[in-house]
Order: sequence, then C-alpha cells, then structure tokens
Amino acid sequence: MLKSFPKGGIHPPDNKISAGAATSVLPLPATVTVPLSQHIGAPAVAEVVKGDNVLVGQLIAKPGGFVSAAIHSPVSGTVLAVEPVAGASGVKGMAVTIRVDGDEWETSIDRSTTLVTDCGQMDPSAIIAKIAAAGIVGMGGATFPTQVKLSPPPGKKADTLIINGVECEPYLTSDHRVMLERTAETLVGVGLLARALGVSNIYIGVENNKPDAIEALRRTVGDLVRFLPPIEIVPLKVQYPQGGEKQLVKAVTGREVPSGALPIEVGCVVQNVGTALAIYEAVHKNKPLIERVVTVTGKGIARPSNFLVRMGTPVSALIEAAGGLPQDAGKVIGGGPMMGRAMSNIDAPVTKGTSGIVVMSGREAARRTETDCIKCGGCVTVCPMGLEPYLLARLAQKQRWDESEAGGVTDCIECGSCSYTCPARVPLLDWIRLGKAEVGRIIRARLNC
Amino acid sequence: MSVLLYTVLTLCALGIVLAVVLYFVAQKFRVEEDPRIDDAEAILPGANCGACGYPGCRGMAEALVKNDDISALYCPVGGATTMKAVGELLGKTAPEREPEVAVVRCAGSCALRGDGTAVRARLNRFDGARSCAVEAATYAGETGCSFGCLGNGDCVAVCAFDAIRMNPATGLPEVDQDKCTACGKCVVACPKRIIELRRKGPKSRRVFVSCVNKDKGGVARKACEVACIGCGKCVKVCAFEAITMDSNLAYIDPVKCKLCRKCVTECPTGAIIETGFPPRKEAPAAPVSPAASASPASPASPASPSNPATVQAEATPLVKATSAAETKPVAEKTSVAEAKPLTEAMPATETASAAEITSAAEPSASTSTSVAETPTPTSATAPTIPTIEATFETPTPTEKE
Amino acid sequence: MEHKLTISPSPHVFTGRSTRGIMGDVLIALAPALVVSAWVFGAQVLAVTVLSVACCVVFEWLIQKFLIKGPATVGNLSAVVTGVLLAFNLPSSIPLWLVILGAFIAVGVGKMTFGGLGKNPFNPALVGRVFLLIAYPVQMTSFPTATAAGAGMLDAATGATPLSLAKGILKGGGSVADVMTQMGISDLGLAIGQHSGSLGEVAAIALILGGLYLLARRVITWHIPVAVLGTMAVFSAILWGANPESYMSPLFHLLTGGALLGAFFMATDYSTSPMTRKGGIIFGVGIGLITIIIRLWGAYPEGMSFAILIMNAVVPLIDKYVKPQRFGVANRASSAASAKK
Repeated sequence: MLKSFPKGGIHPPDNKISAGAATSVLPLPATVTVPLSQHIGAPAVAEVVKGDNVLVGQLIAKPGGFVSAAIHSPVSGTVLAVEPVAGASGVKGMAVTIRVDGDEWETSIDRSTTLVTDCGQMDPSAIIAKIAAAGIVGMGGATFPTQVKLSPPPGKKADTLIINGVECEPYLTSDHRVMLERTAETLVGVGLLARALGVSNIYIGVENNKPDAIEALRRTVGDLVRFLPPIEIVPLKVQYPQGGEKQLVKAVTGREVPSGALPIEVGCVVQNVGTALAIYEAVHKNKPLIERVVTVTGKGIARPSNFLVRMGTPVSALIEAAGGLPQDAGKVIGGGPMMGRAMSNIDAPVTKGTSGIVVMSGREAARRTETDCIKCGGCVTVCPMGLEPYLLARLAQKQRWDESEAGGVTDCIECGSCSYTCPARVPLLDWIRLGKAEVGRIIRARLNC
Repeated sequence: MSVLLYTVLTLCALGIVLAVVLYFVAQKFRVEEDPRIDDAEAILPGANCGACGYPGCRGMAEALVKNDDISALYCPVGGATTMKAVGELLGKTAPEREPEVAVVRCAGSCALRGDGTAVRARLNRFDGARSCAVEAATYAGETGCSFGCLGNGDCVAVCAFDAIRMNPATGLPEVDQDKCTACGKCVVACPKRIIELRRKGPKSRRVFVSCVNKDKGGVARKACEVACIGCGKCVKVCAFEAITMDSNLAYIDPVKCKLCRKCVTECPTGAIIETGFPPRKEAPAAPVSPAASASPASPASPASPSNPATVQAEATPLVKATSAAETKPVAEKTSVAEAKPLTEAMPATETASAAEITSAAEPSASTSTSVAETPTPTSATAPTIPTIEATFETPTPTEKE
Repeated sequence: MEHKLTISPSPHVFTGRSTRGIMGDVLIALAPALVVSAWVFGAQVLAVTVLSVACCVVFEWLIQKFLIKGPATVGNLSAVVTGVLLAFNLPSSIPLWLVILGAFIAVGVGKMTFGGLGKNPFNPALVGRVFLLIAYPVQMTSFPTATAAGAGMLDAATGATPLSLAKGILKGGGSVADVMTQMGISDLGLAIGQHSGSLGEVAAIALILGGLYLLARRVITWHIPVAVLGTMAVFSAILWGANPESYMSPLFHLLTGGALLGAFFMATDYSTSPMTRKGGIIFGVGIGLITIIIRLWGAYPEGMSFAILIMNAVVPLIDKYVKPQRFGVANRASSAASAKK
C-alpha cells in the first residue's frame, strides 16, 4: 500500500508527454529581461544602471528585505534599461533588461562537471550564507526565499527534511528530468540541506508514476552511501495535490500541519528537488541561481521539451524552440494546468519559479459555461484541506468576509481541485481566491492595530 | 358534535389566555424609543444604501435624532430637500452639500470598428468568473491599458438604484445621472478606482478627464486612443489653474473649474470630456471621432425632432437636459471632436434673447432645481428647440472676459 | 499581436463530468427497473412514464422561459429524471390527467418556485407524489395486480401491495404467517417483482442493479443508501427478533415498497441531500428510522416518501452543523495552547 495524503484529492490525466525528452540547453536570446521580483517578499533592489556591463553570475540586485532574494545576471552584456516592464499577467514590475553579448562568466564560478560529494563537513551557517548569496528560492513554483525557510523561527526545531519530487501537476516534467539527469548533484544538495538544518530524517517523496526516477535515486543513494547521510526514497500513490507542502508532510510522515501554521510547526522542512540541485551548485560550484529546467509542452506543441534556460529569456523563445506556437493556440500557461497562470503576454520572461510552459488549444482552454450549482458535494469531497468550496465561493461572491474567515478560507491552498471537479463548471477557486486575499488583508489589518 | 364544541371552546380559551399573556409581556418588555426616529425615518428615502455611513435609513434616523449637531450627517440620496425636511422636523440646521454624481473616468471603448481596430483594443480574452475584483486580482486586464475599465460590471451589480448600466458594445459602464444618488457604492466596488463622485455642476454641466492611466504618454497612447498622455496642454490653457498633472495624468478640480471647455478643445487625444453642454455648432469637418463607430446613430443632429427622447430632454431646460446626452456619451464625444471653433460660436445677442425666451417659456425652470417639475408634453414640441438650444450657450465667465 | 490568448486564473483543466452527464447516468440506472415494470404491468407503464417525462420537461421549459426568463435548462436532463422518478412513484393504472397534475406540482411547485435545479429543498418527484397521494388517495392506492408475464390485467380488480396487506392483517390481529399466505409469494418473488405496487417499486433486483451502476460511475457514494437500508434492516430486525409473529422480517421491509427506489435514487438526489458524507449518513439513518416508524405505526402502509421529505427539511440544518474534518484543525487547540506558552 503506497503512501498518500488521506483526504480529498483528484486524479487528472497526467499528460506527461515531455517526460522522455532529455534536457537540452536553450541558445542564448538576444536580450533578457530580469524582473526584480521573482520571489515572494520584497522586490530586490537594482545594483546596476543603464549602460553597465555585466558578466554571467554578477549580482545585479540585492535583497530588498529579510524575506527577499538576490538576483544575478543570467547573461553577459550591457544593461539596456532598469524600468517597469509588463510581466506575464500584464502587471508591470521593475526589471533589468540586458543585451546579450557573448557568454562571459564570473571567474569565481566553477563551470566543471566534476561531482563534489562533500556535505557533512561544512558549517551550517556557511551553507545558508551561500544559499542566500546565490539568490535561491523555492523552485517548485512558490518561490519562497530558501535561506529564510532554512532558518526556523526561535523555539522551532526541524527534525525532518522532505524533498519534494512529487511533481503532481499534469504535463510538467522538469523535476522528473532533474531527478533522472542530475541525480548525484541533487542528492548532494539534499545532504547539504540536511546539514544546514541539522536533521537526520531525510525523505524524498516521488509519485509512483516516475518509476525511473525512483530507481535512479535509489541506485545513486546506494552509490554515494559513503558520503551522504541516510536518505529514504518514498514512492507515493499518484494523487493531486500531493506536492502541496501540507499534503506531502502528511503523506510521508503522517504528521498534520495545524491550520494556519507552516510545516516547521511539526518539525518538517519541505524543499523541491530543483532547489536541492541549485543549492549544490551554489555551495560547491559558487554558481548563483541563473538558469533552470523548464518544460515546454502541450498537445499542439511539435516537440515537447525540457530546456535548461537562463532566467529572463522570453517565453516566446522557448515556445519557438519547441516547434512554435501552434495555429490554434488559445492559452499559454506559466506553470502547470492546475495551479499555473495563463499568460497574457508571451514575451514575458522565464523567472526562478517558472517550472513549465503549457500551451493549450483554444478548444482545450475554453472554460465551459457556468451553470447553477447542483449541490452534488463533489467539491467538498475532493478538497484536500477539508473545506467547503461551494460555501466559500458563495460567501466571497456576497462579500461576507467574517463567515469566510470562519469557514477557513485562509487554509485554501488554491490547488484547484474544486473547480476541476465541479460538474456545473462554477469557477469556485476564482471566488475563493478573492475571498482568501480579502480575508488575509482583513486579518493583517487586525494584527497591525 | 360535542367533540367539535369542545375543540372550538378549547381553542377560544387558549386564544384569550395567550392574548392576555402577550399583552403583559409586550407591556413589560416595551422598548422606549424616541418617536421622532420613526418620523425622521419616514422622511429619509428608505433605500437603505448605506451611503450616509449608517447601516440603513433607520440608523441614520437615530443618528439624526441623537446628535444635536447634524452638520456631519448627510443623505446624498435624498439630497438637500430631504435634509431640509429632516432639519425642520427636528429643529436642527440641516447641512447643505453640493449634489454629486458618479462619473466613469474611462472612455476607452473596446467596440470593434469596421477595420477591426478599437479605441482600446482587447489583446486577450478573460475567461474567469465575471467579476472585476477577480480579474483585477490576477490580471491587468484584457487590453494594453492596465488602468482602464475591466468591463465585468461590479459597479452595476452594487448599484441599488439601477443608475449604472454596462454598454455591451463599448464594454464600459454608463451612469444615468437622473437615477444616480452619489451613494458611492460603485466607487468602492471598482477595483481600478475609475469611478469618481464629482460635483453635479451647474445645470449638470461637467468637464473632467475621462482617463486614469498613469503610464508615460507613448505607452498610454499605444494602449488606448483616448488616453490622457500627460502632455500638459490642458494645464497650460486653463486660466483658472484648475488642472493639475500627477504621474502623467491630468486632473480637473471640479471646484476651480469654470467650465470654459478650453481644455476640451485643446486635448489632443480627446481624453477630456464635457457633459451637459448643448451640442456645439456644427463644424463641416469630416467625423474623425474615434468612438463614432460604437453607435450606429448619427451624431449629426442630436436635437432632431425625430428623436423624441432627445427632444424631451432638450426641451426640459436645465434639469433634465443632460439625461439624453449623458446616456449617449458616444454622440457627445463626437460633438467634442467635431466642434472646433467654440468661442466664436456665441454671439452675445443670441444669448441674451435666448435667455429671455427661456424664462418666458418656462419661468420656474431657471430657478428651481427640482426634478419633479417635468414640463407638459406640449412644451417639448419641435419649434421651441432652436431657442432652447441657444439657451445653453450662456456665456461662461471666461467668455465674458 | 497575432494571437488573442485566453487568460484565466487556474485551474485550466477540468473533468469531463457535467450535470447533463450525471443525469444521463441516473437515467441509465433507472432503465432496468422500467423494463421490468413494463414487463410486469404492461404498456400502460410506458404511457405513464412518457407522459410524466414530457410534462416535466414542458413545464420546466415554460416556467424557465416565461416566468424566470433565464437560459433554457431542460438540456441538463434533470426534468427528465424528475419525470421518470415521478412515474416510478405512481400506480400504472393512474388516470393520465393525474400524471399531468403531478408533474405540474413536482416541477412547478417542487422545483421551479425555488429557482430550479440545485435550489429546491425538497425532492420534486416526491412533492408531486405526496401531493397526489393526499389529494387523490383512491387513485393513488389502487394498484393493478402484478402478472408474471405481463399479460395485461390492468382492468382486473385492484391488488393490495405487500405492505398494505401486511399492515391490514397485522393491525387486525393476524400473524406474519397469515400475511405470507395471503400474499402468496416468496421473498424471491418480491425481489423479481411479482407483486403489485407503484411502477418503480416492483423490481428489487433491477433497482439494485441500477444502484450499483450509480455507485460504479461514482454518481452517488455508498453513504446514503447504506445508511437508509442499514437502519431499516437493523430497526426491523430488532422488532422481528423480539416478536417474529407480529413484525415482518427485515428482508420483507427492504424488498417491498419504495425502500430500494428511495434509498438509491430519491434520497441521493444532490440538491436535497447533505453536502458531506458524514451528513449523508445522518440523513440516511433519519430516513430509515422514519420509514419504519410510519410503516409500523403510522396511518400509511408506506413511509419512504414522507421520510425523505421530512429529512429533506432537515438538510440545511445538517449542512450547517456537520462540517467536513478540516485539515490541521484538530491540532489547532493544542498548538494554540503551546504557542501561548
């Protein structure tokens, strides 16, 4: 009996059509646009001005606060502008635009592929400092600055590290490819994470639809057994949203993160496999977070691919490399189809949190007409947080925020299972998200006064 | 038979006993309340819209009765008449306020013209829940303008007076100023803060910047043909320093504005809109209005007798005058774009005679501001139109100078 | 911009499930019972069913178009389901004008007055049936005798349903054995439909088949049917165990009357049942209890319709107080306490 989270969940068709495509390096674009807010928290503050020459890996923006992350130039060339640029949703944000000129790297970066296996000797605080300096954020999509997550608040102590290799989103395969192709580096990164946190229980959760990744991880753990702390690979039953932090903690350890709290409350820290790889590169190769694996896929895409892409590359360049935007393209999603956001502007850049680009045809993308709720209770059944989506959506529509708060709207993880399952096509999550934002604002205002 | 009798008797007895109990309970638990609260509530409009800041008219009535100084309390729905009546009832000085009306500060019609372009072209199609709040939380909008109207009608949904409607062609809301009570619900509901409560203005005439775009001129212009591009021409041309420029966006102070309309002619994009003015003298220029295609109606003769609504409105001087114009901003904008030689078009003699004629025709209209005084249908006949049209061209202070 | 892209918040994929598909599944599940019923009672069954469905659809369409003035909703097939269920609750010998009246009450009063599908608090088909039962008791309780081969004995003298037979005999001081002799059929006969009754009640096996189909298609969950039938079985078993002479066996109760039809098709109606599974069990237990109470001590021989309608009224209360177990909330009190320390 495979482990999974016990409550709710759905089984959307996984459509992992790019799973077999080996990661290829995308050629450098002519210009890159690097947003200064690629993470949760305060935007970074630009360190360069128009006309500056920059090298690959050079710091171009320093963290703008405690919860923030540094940003490094993904290319070498000349800074064309530091000004607001419309992002994927059309909302403008500060960004550094760089014209690419050659590929000159900072000399401190070790570009060799030699595996450095040390992970038990380093000082934990040195590891965290290197992570912070490299501007690493959670690469599963949440983009929470990693150094903050590795520094538990006073009084809290982590005893378990869970590495998220679940990749429960349909279509996406970037984590899968990382686990297959960069297995050893990722595992050393996991070791570094465990060292930084000082924990000895280490799990890697992988859904059972990636048997090759489970096999590769198990084999490499065996190969590197002399260097690594003991790591347990946990195959999980395929069920969305297994990759949600709270669901993963529950599935792997059986512990239930209390409502309103973070996994550290029950002694757990969850990190994505992509983050582990970035940590390995930052600590042992001095390489800041300037590139990542991005899946470009969709039923109309000629060559569903996984690309190693420099941050700031326009999404349109990735789609072009995968065979171009199909004639009938109706929607381009940044991220997976369950939690990703449809892009209004495909020239928007790849950022630290871009795990994939899914292109859907117009027919596939169109939502069907909303009809009246038939009270089937499907949304209640599938909600992994045990909420009542139909009720929360109605309360948000009527702007009844007190009742929304009592109904636990802030617990919603926005996984979209309710909207997915609704036979009447009520856009439940659209409304619930509104309620969550509004109630969050009310709670913050209450705390401040 | 006896069963029936007993049943009836029992029920009667029960009824009497309970009635006595209820009577004493009602006496015992009676809540003493100032009877004037009921009276004041009766005067208030009863819309329970909350525009006064109190939960419903009852709350407002209580506040009016309790507070000795009621100058801070105002019912925008009932307006001056209601407040005066309440003041008389309670023997307190009723506050006076300038009547206000909601204006939509976005004129970027998304309606497609013959050549497939639009004043403000849609670049994407939003397919989420039909709510501006939902859309604004995720996206900048369907068009290139991240400030403009989203067109899902949150303002329409909150309006308790049916005073705001969505124009499906343009994707913009339109305010019926006769129904609008300036309660301010739509102002709060709009996530883009496009709707503003503005002084209704003398004879409902207003001049305002119908745009809230703070982008640089080029960016704004690219997204929308009628955007304010922050060029500052209006600021220069205004003789009353009523126009200020903040982050590439002009704003006309309704208090300082003397309605001279120079800025309207000066604005290169047509972002400044005038309402409530009569159509300017026809200019022979070809129609260049960007919004012309939005309405099939010909803007050539707004006061044509063939259009009864317009006639009615035009012939109801000063009060109703703008309703037709207000609900047809398209026609109005056309007039804005077409009428260039504004100042020359007003000979003083014509103005004077027109004033005489008007006062003769409708003596009460020039003094009263009450909407209730609708003229008889006979006054709305065609022959009166030219004179009344002239009436509107009363010189404003600038023109005198 | 050459491509006009659609933008929307997540999610971007959806199940193939639709209201129409769900209703279609219910209709498929009802088909075997209809076939058996037609075989037992003859062609009149089809006439009643077709008329009932047609009236329900027409009334819904008219009301939606002219009174509610909303988009047409008959395409979701819910009116068809209501029509079939209403027919299943009528005797096949019912005058056809009563079918029309019942359909009007079911759709017009039971459903559309509340705004249509999803907003009605009471099961529309049962509203129609109970109205007819109270207003026209004679027509509604005159059942044709079942004939094994459906040889059309519709004009024959009316037969008593097993439940009314049992009630009559047991009330009159007779014993269970008397009932069995009078009825003249075995439990097996009950299961395959050799007794008189409403259209949809006769074929226990066909109904179970349909119910299993709904379970397999995940249109319904096991909670409500199991709670209803389980409660009925346990309750009647206790009484039967105490005094098998004057109480019918649990199997008799499960196979007769509207027990199976109600448990699988009527009580599970989405709009009128609780949203949570826990709530569904409470709802089902309530139906089971009330049904047996009415059957044994009430004025009517059968209590399923009343039981469901009574519990329908309780559903909003159940939904208010029976909430799903929220993730991480059981721990909240202790974590809040530890946070305070």
